[in-house]
Amino acid sequence: MNPEPTTASALSTPRHRPARRLHPWPIRIMHWINAVVMLVMITSGWGIYDDDVIIRGFHFNQFWRLGDWAAWSLNWHFAGMWFLAINGLAYLVYGFVTGRFRERLLPIRPAEVVQTIVDTLHFKIAHEDITIYNAVQKILYIVVILAGIAQVITGLAIWKPVQFSGLVSLLGGFQTARVLHFAGMAVIVGFLIVHVALAVLVPKTIWAMLAGGPRLKPGNHAEGSPVA
Amino acid sequence: MKSPFRPDAVPDASVLEVHRPLIRSLERRGLIRGGMSLGALVMLTGCDVKRPESVESALLAISRLNDWVQAQLFDPDRLAPTYPASMILRPPKFNAYYDVTDVKPVNGATWRLDVSGLVADKRPWTLQDLQALPQTSMVIKHICVEGWSYIGGWTGATLRTFLEHVGADLRAKYVAFKTADNYPSSIDMATALHPQTLLATQYGGATLADPFGFPMRLRTATKLGYKNPKWVTAIEVTNTYPGGYWESRGFNWFAGI
Repeated sequence: MNPEPTTASALSTPRHRPARRLHPWPIRIMHWINAVVMLVMITSGWGIYDDDVIIRGFHFNQFWRLGDWAAWSLNWHFAGMWFLAINGLAYLVYGFVTGRFRERLLPIRPAEVVQTIVDTLHFKIAHEDITIYNAVQKILYIVVILAGIAQVITGLAIWKPVQFSGLVSLLGGFQTARVLHFAGMAVIVGFLIVHVALAVLVPKTIWAMLAGGPRLKPGNHAEGSPVA
Repeated sequence: MKSPFRPDAVPDASVLEVHRPLIRSLERRGLIRGGMSLGALVMLTGCDVKRPESVESALLAISRLNDWVQAQLFDPDRLAPTYPASMILRPPKFNAYYDVTDVKPVNGATWRLDVSGLVADKRPWTLQDLQALPQTSMVIKHICVEGWSYIGGWTGATLRTFLEHVGADLRAKYVAFKTADNYPSSIDMATALHPQTLLATQYGGATLADPFGFPMRLRTATKLGYKNPKWVTAIEVTNTYPGGYWESRGFNWFAGI
């Protein structure tokens, strides 16, 4: 006979804390830091790119470049990298430790992917409940997180090709690493265009990223609907 | 011997000492203010933002932090990858702050290399003196800050051998260079002592051609292209930050790769 029945009941006692919001404050802070730093990295990168273009004849207009010439584009880029890397690392740790990645981005079912694509092609974009990410959305978020990580790795390789010469040869050489770094930028810019366009179409998503958004049911998951 | 790096009359150093705390606090304040305006400024990308002074000084403060980080990352025992001689690009790529047609050749017979600063022996060197030192060859990649690169083959005495010969203080911070084309440059002592840092006098097995620095240029495998001054005429070992041509225009000083 066990005279201690408390363990089980203590665990099942409902907590009286208010339900978690869709975007807890650390996510919001990290999101907006990342938004600014990404723009710094992309536009200063365009300034650096222009001195030795990867695609012949393709230049970025001065209007879009951060830094009035290469020296300052480089200084912006190598200052921004610290903010990007530290903020990005904090985001990854947070995402894994709190379970947010698993909760928000998984599972992805192939049938759902197909359905979302079909719906989108018919201009049926469900956005009534912004706490539910559709399958394509999940894939896009995962792709852009991976692209961000890839940018840090390829960036490290072209910043220090001698100190990290093993990494450079793994990536297929210095010039290949440069092209990969450029391609990673293109992926992120592509994401950014879709991401911003959809956020503007559904403005309450922007408000949610500023104020936190709807509260989630306790023990929520991606399927959980908001509790007003 | 009179140093080619220093004017005869220097300002009173105590002035700097007296104002040092003020300079320090200005830099720190600039960094904080600049860091905060970093976010605000990016919203204005593309608008006619002419680097405000606070942003500029914040970026330069981070560039100096990056100098330090790069010095920590620099492994004095790590060799840059080398390549077979068959991959050497002939002729090498020309690059300077002016066009190749404006290169002014240097007369190797009358050329002298001045030595100054924290060294025991300040006698100037001739090309024959340099060539009498043990010679090293390396086939390495030249990487420009702009992004392009090529493989080149260089021969000459290592800077380490040279510094040991002139009895340089190997604990000094900097090795500085003056050149015939007014392109001052400087590197850290750790890089100066790296086995792949040469006073190059040959390219691809033949005497260095005029546009590439004849009679002697610095060639270091662990730094970006702009840290490799051509037509070197003077070397100084010093503890005073010497800067360089592009560095004084905003480029990062350490520029390690």
